[in-house]
Amino acid sequence: MDTVPVTRTRPTQGGLKKLANWGNYPVIEALEESFASATELKGMLAGAHGTTRVIARGNGRCYGDSSLAGMVVSTLRHGRFLSFTESSGELACQSGVMLKEILDTFVPRGWFLSVTPGTKFITVGGAIASDVHGKNHHADGSFSRYVASMQLMLASGEVVLCSRETNCELFEATCGGMGLTGVILSATIRLRRIATAFIRQETAKARNLAEIMELFEKSATWSYSVAWIDCLSQSGQGGRSILFRGEHASPHEAGGASPLRIPPRHTINLPFFLPAAMLNGFTVRAFNAAYYACATKGAATAIVDYDAFFYPLDGILHWNRIYGRNGFVQYQFVLPKASAAKGLAEILRKISSGGQGSFLAVLKLLGKGENLISFPMEGYTMALDFPVTKKLFPLLEELDKMVIEYGGRLYLAKDSRMGAATFNAGYPNAPEFRRLRGRLDPAGIFGSLQSARLGI
Amino acid sequence: MAHLLVVGAKSDLGRELARLFAAEGYSLYLAARNSGELAEECEHLRIRYGVQAVARELDILEYGAHAGFYESLEPKPDGVICAAGYLGDNVKAMEDFREAKRIMDTNYTGPVSILNICAADFRKRASGFIIGISSVAGERGKQSNNIYGSAKAGFSAYLSGLRNSLCKSGVRVITVKPGYMDTRMTRGMKFPPILTAQPEDAARDIVRAWKKGRDVVYTKWIWKFIMVVIIHIPEKIFKKINF
Repeated sequence: MDTVPVTRTRPTQGGLKKLANWGNYPVIEALEESFASATELKGMLAGAHGTTRVIARGNGRCYGDSSLAGMVVSTLRHGRFLSFTESSGELACQSGVMLKEILDTFVPRGWFLSVTPGTKFITVGGAIASDVHGKNHHADGSFSRYVASMQLMLASGEVVLCSRETNCELFEATCGGMGLTGVILSATIRLRRIATAFIRQETAKARNLAEIMELFEKSATWSYSVAWIDCLSQSGQGGRSILFRGEHASPHEAGGASPLRIPPRHTINLPFFLPAAMLNGFTVRAFNAAYYACATKGAATAIVDYDAFFYPLDGILHWNRIYGRNGFVQYQFVLPKASAAKGLAEILRKISSGGQGSFLAVLKLLGKGENLISFPMEGYTMALDFPVTKKLFPLLEELDKMVIEYGGRLYLAKDSRMGAATFNAGYPNAPEFRRLRGRLDPAGIFGSLQSARLGI
Repeated sequence: MAHLLVVGAKSDLGRELARLFAAEGYSLYLAARNSGELAEECEHLRIRYGVQAVARELDILEYGAHAGFYESLEPKPDGVICAAGYLGDNVKAMEDFREAKRIMDTNYTGPVSILNICAADFRKRASGFIIGISSVAGERGKQSNNIYGSAKAGFSAYLSGLRNSLCKSGVRVITVKPGYMDTRMTRGMKFPPILTAQPEDAARDIVRAWKKGRDVVYTKWIWKFIMVVIIHIPEKIFKKINF
């Protein structure tokens, strides 16, 4: 039977549980509660008042400490569909609904998520709080663009409806606001029509950074684009990459009698943590060389199902354990278009010389940014995984400086370690966000380890 | 289209079972007290699984109303799940018979009343299945929940006899014996995580057993072996154990 990898936590003494998000770093002990109704949640907020900070948490797929606090309220038991309007594709659901549930339900009926990140094991509430983006950001924007409205429980327990029209300020602070404005109870999101569950995928190789950036520019009319980039190789000027671009396939392209159905997927599970020493400069270089060599030269077209195109890593449950028990940091930043070429080259050189590369370096062209403190801005974003070691943090500090110097910023949903100065420099709306927080939550009911670290 | 009646549909296990059977294509009657609270769940089931789902008012303790309740279901269900239950307060139950009676009635008398009615119809139609949620607590009484345990013991024995009686009519009866489960009923109780099932996992175990044609299912499975040990502890020793 189909199993959804719901994030489980191990209870420890005194009602506290060991909690960590996807990066397994940091690990904390916290009180975990779950609510099935707004009334229950209101009681929890009142109960926590003055004792500890509260933060909402979905499936724990942010990487760092965004959804960690003294008291964590899980939305996973608040996961019902509320209504669906066939004519407009508008789905109202509670915040704990997972994207996988939406896909399982609506793809066979000819609907798809307007924006999806690289995993379907996240909740709608989490997608809004992180304002996630996908392979179509350059064309379609981030998740929040398709949120028609949402219901939010404020620190006072009051439930407020907000949208771009009503309580707009609150809406824009909540999209990308990391759960700090309140707990998202439900949302109405707009799905998009699809004719098939398949994607026509084209891959193209690039020998260096300049080539891949040119490929991205040329692929602007494609709905989806993303690139794998070798962050260790210094052949050429460094940055050899493979671009994946895609379009929803037509029924003719998809073939078969029921193009909205995809074959059941066989997942494998990584049942335990691998020793951290498995990943080193040598193994990563070998993997990257093999991966690049295996891609066909020139452009290659294939019809793949949406699972394979959007969620390749969801096929390996608990892939995060590959980085060992100490966990890992996913370092994701964005640089504005104008400075991206120079900045990316410099950052890649820095990483390559450190020798701490990752299998999963991803490059993506983003479109214009929205909302108060959402991550995206027009430019290039790169995401890299690093196993946690002592050497890592000084390297990341140096990378922070470069990112800021080139006018970029780091993604809060991936962050577990940046300093307040880096945040302030990258997010010009930070003061406004702080002011709004102060007004909405004067007693400081909501807060996370991250918000405490960043002073927001 | 096949129909399923879920008695105690507001319980965490009842809800999860209803969802899994909806995924199997069953249309649902969700029965519970204050059934208005089930409207949201019905809507979820309709959107998520494309099945019919309606909420029906049923008080497991109003025995007199049970026949009329079943009469009102049209079409008649092809299967019934009884997930109604009440843990109660054993200390209070030992002092106040009203609490003891409520525990016994919710876990034994009420379920017998409604299932007798379903069983008679299933027997007549020579088809159908009954899934009764009992408990490992019914296997051997212990001081901390002897009232609840005795009611569940009665319910287990009832289901076993019912299976025996309906077997020739082609009606299946499945006895479910959950061990520790993380539900609203047990909120605040501390269980060892390795022995504790999440309701969605327990529901999955039950549906698997239903598909495989099992008669009795423990969830988590490990409880089958734990109970073998517990049942074989000599009474001389068992009576002195503090649990």
